Amino acid sequence: MNASIRRLATLAFVMFLVLMFAATWIQFIQADSLNSDSRNRRTLYREFGTFRGPIIVDGEAIVYSVPVNDYFSYQRTYVDGPLYAPVTGFYSVVYGRTGIEQAENSLLNGSSDSLFWSRLGDLLSGQDQQGASIELTLRSSLQRVAFEALGDQSGAVIALDPRTGEILAMVSRPSYDPSVLADHTTSAVVDAYEALESDPGQPLINRVIAGDTYPPGSLFKLVTVSAALEAGLTPDSIVFAPAELDLPLTDLTIENYGGYACDVTDSTTLAQALKKSCNTPFADLALSLGWQPIADKAQDFGWGEELSIPLPVTPSRLPDEPNEPEGAMSAIGQFDVRATPLQMAMIGSAIANDGVLMRPYLVTRVRDSSLRVLSTAQPSILAIPLYVEDSGYLRDMMVEVVESGTGTAAQISGVAVAGKTGTAETGDGSAPHAWFLGFAPAEDPVVVVVVLVERGGDLGDEATGGRLSAPIAREVIIEALRLEEERVNQGLG
Amino acid sequence: MAIVADLRIRSSRRTEAVLLVVAVVLVVSAYMLVGVGATGGLPPNVYVLGLGTVVAATGAHLALRRWASAADPVILPVTLALNGLGLAMIYRLDLAHADTASPTSFAPRQLAWTVISMSVAIAIVALLRDHRLMRRFTYTAMAVGLGLLLLPLVPGLGVERRGAHLWIDVAGLSLQPAELAKIALAVFFAGYLVANRHSLALAGPRVLGLRFPRARDLGPLLLAWIASLAVLVYQRDLGTSLLFFGLFLAMVYVATARLSWVLLGCGLFVAGAIVAGMVFSHVADRYDIWLHALDPEVYARSPGGSEQLVRGLFGLASGGLFGTGLGEGMPSQVPFAESDFIVSSLGEELGLVGLSAILCLYVILVQRALRTSLGLRDGFGKLLAAGLGFSMALQVFVVVGGVTRVIPLTGLTTPFLAYGGSSLLSNWVIIALLIRISDGARRVEVFDR
Repeated sequence: MNASIRRLATLAFVMFLVLMFAATWIQFIQADSLNSDSRNRRTLYREFGTFRGPIIVDGEAIVYSVPVNDYFSYQRTYVDGPLYAPVTGFYSVVYGRTGIEQAENSLLNGSSDSLFWSRLGDLLSGQDQQGASIELTLRSSLQRVAFEALGDQSGAVIALDPRTGEILAMVSRPSYDPSVLADHTTSAVVDAYEALESDPGQPLINRVIAGDTYPPGSLFKLVTVSAALEAGLTPDSIVFAPAELDLPLTDLTIENYGGYACDVTDSTTLAQALKKSCNTPFADLALSLGWQPIADKAQDFGWGEELSIPLPVTPSRLPDEPNEPEGAMSAIGQFDVRATPLQMAMIGSAIANDGVLMRPYLVTRVRDSSLRVLSTAQPSILAIPLYVEDSGYLRDMMVEVVESGTGTAAQISGVAVAGKTGTAETGDGSAPHAWFLGFAPAEDPVVVVVVLVERGGDLGDEATGGRLSAPIAREVIIEALRLEEERVNQGLG
Repeated sequence: MAIVADLRIRSSRRTEAVLLVVAVVLVVSAYMLVGVGATGGLPPNVYVLGLGTVVAATGAHLALRRWASAADPVILPVTLALNGLGLAMIYRLDLAHADTASPTSFAPRQLAWTVISMSVAIAIVALLRDHRLMRRFTYTAMAVGLGLLLLPLVPGLGVERRGAHLWIDVAGLSLQPAELAKIALAVFFAGYLVANRHSLALAGPRVLGLRFPRARDLGPLLLAWIASLAVLVYQRDLGTSLLFFGLFLAMVYVATARLSWVLLGCGLFVAGAIVAGMVFSHVADRYDIWLHALDPEVYARSPGGSEQLVRGLFGLASGGLFGTGLGEGMPSQVPFAESDFIVSSLGEELGLVGLSAILCLYVILVQRALRTSLGLRDGFGKLLAAGLGFSMALQVFVVVGGVTRVIPLTGLTTPFLAYGGSSLLSNWVIIALLIRISDGARRVEVFDR
């Protein structure tokens, strides 16, 4: 029997070899793909198991993690969730991350290379890995004023400091509460997310930078004027301004808003045309200058460029090789011209800052868990799209828009406000998008504000940028000026 | 019979003592590491349990000195190490469940069963003075074995769990009689085969150079085949049926040295399994899970999906080469992490290295059993030791192979590691028998010299 027993022993041994090979296959060869399988919750638990740094506005944590007693170890908590959601984004066990939570993830969760020394310290002192804190450029009071001024209307508000590029307020409505998506109960999160995603108001989208881009309407005339100034015109140059302009190659015509003439005659000055936001002079400028100089100027302002603030910004679009009538339509911000509210604010920022466009940004400072500063944002120049002289011309013309043109609703007593209204056809028959771009004080601007209200907002078909959006911008500018004054006084004291 | 190599009997209890110290250190450190890893501090009762482990090891060692002084010195330490590692992992899972909605207390019950099982094992070693006595009960063992197998089908006694009729409820205790039936049937097979091996081996027609058994000798083989398929069908348990059939085939092969029997048996089993796969949807599901575990469709299917298996694979994968460390992983992510999937729990926290070490412990145990079988002079003891040893190898292969996708997943328990009283008890009984047989084997040699 012994020969059989020996063979049996060999068989048993081979069986164990097979098991060891199978274990090696799973734990070594296949391990990476199994570990990265989306159904493997361990990876998620491990990530959620580290202490995630807070997101801070004005010294207060608006997003932070608190220890809890479940698999995920920490609960992400959002203070004033809907107010900041477009910026912070959410951090979900089911749907991953968006917004700052995504863009600064490696700092927040502590895995970033810049946290190497901090991690080493944690390791030596036996602490768990700690994430860094992210301080935003937003001002909480300004954010709140903008949020409430926009009210229940769909739209966006952005305020930035033209001298540095700091984004002071970034509001997108309708918004949502990231808390419901940060819940640890999968089914509740799925229900909430599906409801948000199927909401026709698209609350998950940050309209300032990442919505469907919008036709800028008359705000784009600022680009056309910039191109005209660069071609040698001045605010006093006489431009052709009929009530109705025939477009070449087609039967189409361009009319001024309401079909009125721009001036008593068929011609007016460039400044007058901008003040009244006439359409025909700018369409005519596009015909005489050609589309290309206008497109070039738009690109100088940042059109078509990828930008990371560090949230990714959808590039604004220009029409692809338009013919003459299409170019004329584009010059007044219709046809295929599309822009994000941030892009429009960048135009205002360059005009307000003597032609120098500062790179917009949202993160002012990063600190590690022991509050040591890891990095501080350094304002930097993104582009210089305008000559100083031309930016002065534009500013003066925009002051007139608010003083006695279409933007009077943005007037603030004792402060010179520069602005431009826009009322953009949506192209699908619904009420127009109402725009306003403004900055103040005109002589030494400290804030640029862009307001966009989608589809006529509360006013419907009656909406214009001057009626609907200018008053919202005014409130935001007042609060921004108050903050600036406070800051200056503190600096002096 | 072959001449067995020179064995130095006098040192073997001392060898055992040294190995036991290693095993106790291993078990107690595993227990402490679990506490440190999972809670940040030593387990509250570490001294009591540490002392308890020392007492258990010392007690078993002294019992062997008294009643089986020539026994193999490796079997007891390896068993103790496996049992202790299993306990540490089960305690670790209790800790993982402690803060959840459904806390568990597997470890105290498993500890109680360990004490009971070791006591029973020592009693067997003390009372059963010679393993050959068991041969008298060959047919009694058959009756007991078949009776135990059928117990779960008795109305009022058997309970169904996860679709399988494997358990009985006795006085609040849930038992798996198939585990004990395994031992009884091994005794029966050994007794039957040692009496009939010559007629089985030498008579019968030759076909293609292989000698096939006569029809009347085929009876018991067919009986075993039918019995194991009946288990498969009525108790919905592929693993147990595979285990019984494999045990029987291995013992027949040892008794007759006829490969034809093995081929015939394997052919019958494969045919049975294929037919079962076509006829029974739950068996077909098992095959599907085995072959297409990672398919989203198979994964999501409920019931009968592969989620459980795949979560075990995730656990193993997250352990990688060196594991997360005891108490540092998330083994409670795997369903039945304390029983069917204890191997993936251990693989997660101890890594490939630790899992391989555990498999090596089984290799040692199995090889010691077969080594004992080689050294014996009586056919009954040889067959019994070989059968018990191989059945342990086969059981580990079926359950670990199921978890690692070598074969379809079945519901067998991992000997000594997995949570479960009847499994622990029956495996300690096997150890007691092996110790008794090895004592007999080596005592004869002493006598010879």
